[in-house]
Amino acid sequence: MSLNRKSGDAAVVLKQIVKQYSPGSPAAVDNISLQFDSGCLTTLLGPSGCGKTTTLRMIAGLEMATSGQILIGGVDVTRLPATQRDVSMVFQSYALFPHMRVFENIRYGLEVGSLKAEEIDERVDAIMRMTGLEALGSRYPHELSGGQQQRVAVARALVIEPQVLLFDEPLSNLDAKLRRKVRQEIRDLQQSLGLTVIYVTHDQEEALAISDTIVVLNNAVVAQLGSPRELYEKPRTQFVADFIGEANILPCERVASAHGVKVVAGPLSFELSEGIDRVGKGHMAVNPGKISLQPHQEGALSPHAMTGMLSKASYLGDHLECVVETAIGEILVRTPVVSDAPFAGSVVTVTIPPEAIVLLDD
Amino acid sequence: MFRYFSASSIAGPIFLGALAIALMPWYMLQDGFFSFTWLSGYPLDAESASLLSLLLQGQKLWLAPIGLIFLVLFAGALLPLTRRKRGELFLWISAVGLAYALGQGFIVGIQGWSFSFLSDAFGDMQDRQFGMGYGAMFCLLSLLFCFSWGLSASGRVQQDPFVTGSLALIIGVVGLFIFMPVGQMLLLAFQPQGEGAILGAVLERLFDPKIWRLQCLSGVGQCGAAWNSLGLAVAVGFLTTLLGLAFALVFTRTRTPFRPLLRSLSLLPVITPPFVIGLSVILLFGMSGLVTQLVAGWLAIEPSRWIYGFNGVLLAQLLAFTPISFMVLIGVVEGISPSMEEASQTLRATPWRTFKTVTWPLLRPGLANAFLIGFIESMADFGNPLVLGGNFNVLSTEIFFAIVGSQSDMARAAMLALVLLLFTIGAFMLQNVWLGKKRYITVNGKGDSGVHPDLPWPIKWAVIGVTLVWTVFTIVVYALIIYGSFVEIWGRDWTFTLRHYISGFGVSWTEHGLMWQGSAWSSLGTTLTISLIAAPLTAAIGLLTAWLLTRQTFVGKAAFEFGTLLSFAIPGTVIGVSYIVAFNVPPFELTGTAAILVICFVFRNMPVGVRSGIASLSQIDKSLDEASMTLRATSSRTFLRITLPLIKPAILSALVYSFVRSMTAISAVIFLVSAQHNMATSYIIGRVENNEYGIAVAYAVVLIVIMLAAILSFQLLTRGRNIGRRGMAPSDTTLTSGVP
Repeated sequence: MSLNRKSGDAAVVLKQIVKQYSPGSPAAVDNISLQFDSGCLTTLLGPSGCGKTTTLRMIAGLEMATSGQILIGGVDVTRLPATQRDVSMVFQSYALFPHMRVFENIRYGLEVGSLKAEEIDERVDAIMRMTGLEALGSRYPHELSGGQQQRVAVARALVIEPQVLLFDEPLSNLDAKLRRKVRQEIRDLQQSLGLTVIYVTHDQEEALAISDTIVVLNNAVVAQLGSPRELYEKPRTQFVADFIGEANILPCERVASAHGVKVVAGPLSFELSEGIDRVGKGHMAVNPGKISLQPHQEGALSPHAMTGMLSKASYLGDHLECVVETAIGEILVRTPVVSDAPFAGSVVTVTIPPEAIVLLDD
Repeated sequence: MFRYFSASSIAGPIFLGALAIALMPWYMLQDGFFSFTWLSGYPLDAESASLLSLLLQGQKLWLAPIGLIFLVLFAGALLPLTRRKRGELFLWISAVGLAYALGQGFIVGIQGWSFSFLSDAFGDMQDRQFGMGYGAMFCLLSLLFCFSWGLSASGRVQQDPFVTGSLALIIGVVGLFIFMPVGQMLLLAFQPQGEGAILGAVLERLFDPKIWRLQCLSGVGQCGAAWNSLGLAVAVGFLTTLLGLAFALVFTRTRTPFRPLLRSLSLLPVITPPFVIGLSVILLFGMSGLVTQLVAGWLAIEPSRWIYGFNGVLLAQLLAFTPISFMVLIGVVEGISPSMEEASQTLRATPWRTFKTVTWPLLRPGLANAFLIGFIESMADFGNPLVLGGNFNVLSTEIFFAIVGSQSDMARAAMLALVLLLFTIGAFMLQNVWLGKKRYITVNGKGDSGVHPDLPWPIKWAVIGVTLVWTVFTIVVYALIIYGSFVEIWGRDWTFTLRHYISGFGVSWTEHGLMWQGSAWSSLGTTLTISLIAAPLTAAIGLLTAWLLTRQTFVGKAAFEFGTLLSFAIPGTVIGVSYIVAFNVPPFELTGTAAILVICFVFRNMPVGVRSGIASLSQIDKSLDEASMTLRATSSRTFLRITLPLIKPAILSALVYSFVRSMTAISAVIFLVSAQHNMATSYIIGRVENNEYGIAVAYAVVLIVIMLAAILSFQLLTRGRNIGRRGMAPSDTTLTSGVP
């Protein structure tokens, strides 16, 4: 199967897209400008109601933008309906046609073009082999399992060789174990074919696992965009820090110092070498996996450590999740399971290394 | 080749237009198109010539602009223009063409100019023209589609040509066959009386004491027709709601054994011509009625005509409309989630308290809806008041007498129709605006699992008692209809006979083959033919409208929705009268033809297709349409390959129910029958008016049997039909309620 991709160009460009369902109502998508690179898997991530599905549907042509421009492959498609855009979509409910067999579902999109029947059959067979559906061609959708239905939906969308493939929360109907397997299959397919994929999900673990780029949306605007690593390790706002991973968000104060910036939070103080753009009160995100927890011992505390009371400890197999009440608030700590681990109710010392801290913009 | 004529290309409408003006006869043909007698004079004879042929012979030159318009359109289709420019061209040229084609039809009539001011201005016209035939109709259709294609192609609307074309078609036919005739008829109500002023005549007609007097309240004399209709409708609405509620409660909340019987009872109003119940009431309580004679024998009470009038009509309407109310309320009662009542029980409420504080308030909107349905049905009912009314005048019968009576007064009929319309549309608006969309409740509600608690026992026994009595009564009524067809003379000579069946449906062998001797065959044949022709047209228009309403968004959708729904509320009598008014003269000279009957059925029964379609389409996930679109399919392809196959049950049920409703229609049909095309129901009424009850009842039984067969075969065909979705056939209530 050949797919001509010009890698490196922006396959989809959104310019100042706004979507208002009726004049005067709050915007579902508020002035978003984004570029989706060709050959990459970009995820739109966010909680319900943030505008990610609306944005996806506008790219597909199922909704029309109230204002702004959408370019696919360099062509302005803003006013074109879905039928005339070179994108295809895998729906949350798969939307398989219940009165058609699997192979009829898959060939549906090819029947509109000018291909001859033999060519169509060839392509359908090829895609069914690629997605592992060869044996299931003559079954009806209701005779397939959830995972198989999902593959049919993907095959159907792929066989027409669109410029961009859109996924709308495709794993939400699958059980947890299957999700892991299927998301990896989607990622493998995307990478082996060099497809441009735009993926919508509210599950941050899914997004982290398969994306090249993640765009975090909140309340109809873009909160932050970047690679999974960037978003996890360097969130910029409280929202992003809270949404991706389970960072602790603690109030702090930034003070200018001789060597850069000093961050003060309760009894803790940190000297950070990077520059900052402002002083004053703010918040910081602290990675729970990098905090160390010790039973309290008498002695002086380093400026990176403080005492607290361990209120809850949950055993999660490979680690303990502990909630420690401290002077600056409740802190979640992940600590490995050891024989002399602190127990609930005891006083502990919490040590936060400077590299575990990310200063947030708000 | 087919792709060239797809719904999105311009080739289809152009081809249709070419066919229409070059080949098809432009005018209506005396003996009808399908008799083909016109072929003898074709193509030169002015009566059967096509537009092109007429113009080339130098006749009817005022039609020339239409030919010119088509030339421009052909040119526009062939020239290398951008799609946008071509769209604009088509848009404006076809709009002008449509306006002119319609306009010339209204301006030039049977006697030349149709309006006196024109003959004053231009002198008498020497030529004339008859009503529009198939050629003109297809020409108009072609122009309409060119117009809608132009709207889409020029980019002025977002939707593709299939959607705009469908919209234009529906708006065009509904406007032409519902709103135009009704509007024309209502205008008649505002005609001056002779030479007097308009306002005076209007007021005189509007406040006619025969409509509005209140003397019956003081015990002497009669009330006006409007008050009679109103009082009757309120009483019927109220009582049918109560009875229907009783039935619904028994069916859903008790475990009595005769529940399947109740279900089959709900079939009855579907298959019975409405006035047949009235007939049976006469057989029971009339002068020579069964009960009357028994009572006269036992208690020595003189037989009297007490049943004729308010009592009889009320009784007949209750019997006829309670099953409809029952079906509406079943949906409502079953729609109440059991978990709410269970919660009430866990909060220590007694069954009585649960019923009063939880169940009843939840039922109220549904009850209001059922009341309004009963109200509208009663208002619009024509057959029962005709048969049983006696001196009790209601609006629908008054309209009838104003036209066919000795003093034919169209203006008065129009005013009465206006008053009747005000009532039914008022009730309809209440139903839609106030109660909202709750009327489309489906029976298979997504109930959470839970068990309904028992009713409080006083209510339980009350409803069982009432239901039992009413069921027995209904069964007796129907049994009588069957029995009555087999007796010599009801009330006097009880000998068993097949005479009535033979005189109506006798068949004999002669040397020429099978001879249909019975007097009823002609009307039965006509009724069957017309109903069978109308059914697929009804289903097609109804489902297309339902698809537009549920799946498409467009400017003015709310108005479109309101307009199509409004046609539900127009009583059959009003439609019948307005068809006589509007379609008696060119450009649409349809009275006396079979076409007008077909058209009348199609638009009277359109609600059946629309409701069936809406119920079915709302069970199909919208994402299927969207998936089809992202796979490059246009709306027409999506509609034909995805939507239609999935609503096959709805198509079937629309076909069957519109067939059945056509067979039993009376209120519009009575105005539109002719010597050549008589319908079964009007034939029966004719027999009743001649006191020939025997054959009337026999005919009614035959009709019931035919329709029972149709419905049962339909139910057999759709049983177990499952396309792998949860959805089943739509609720029956959506298909039978609606004016008779």
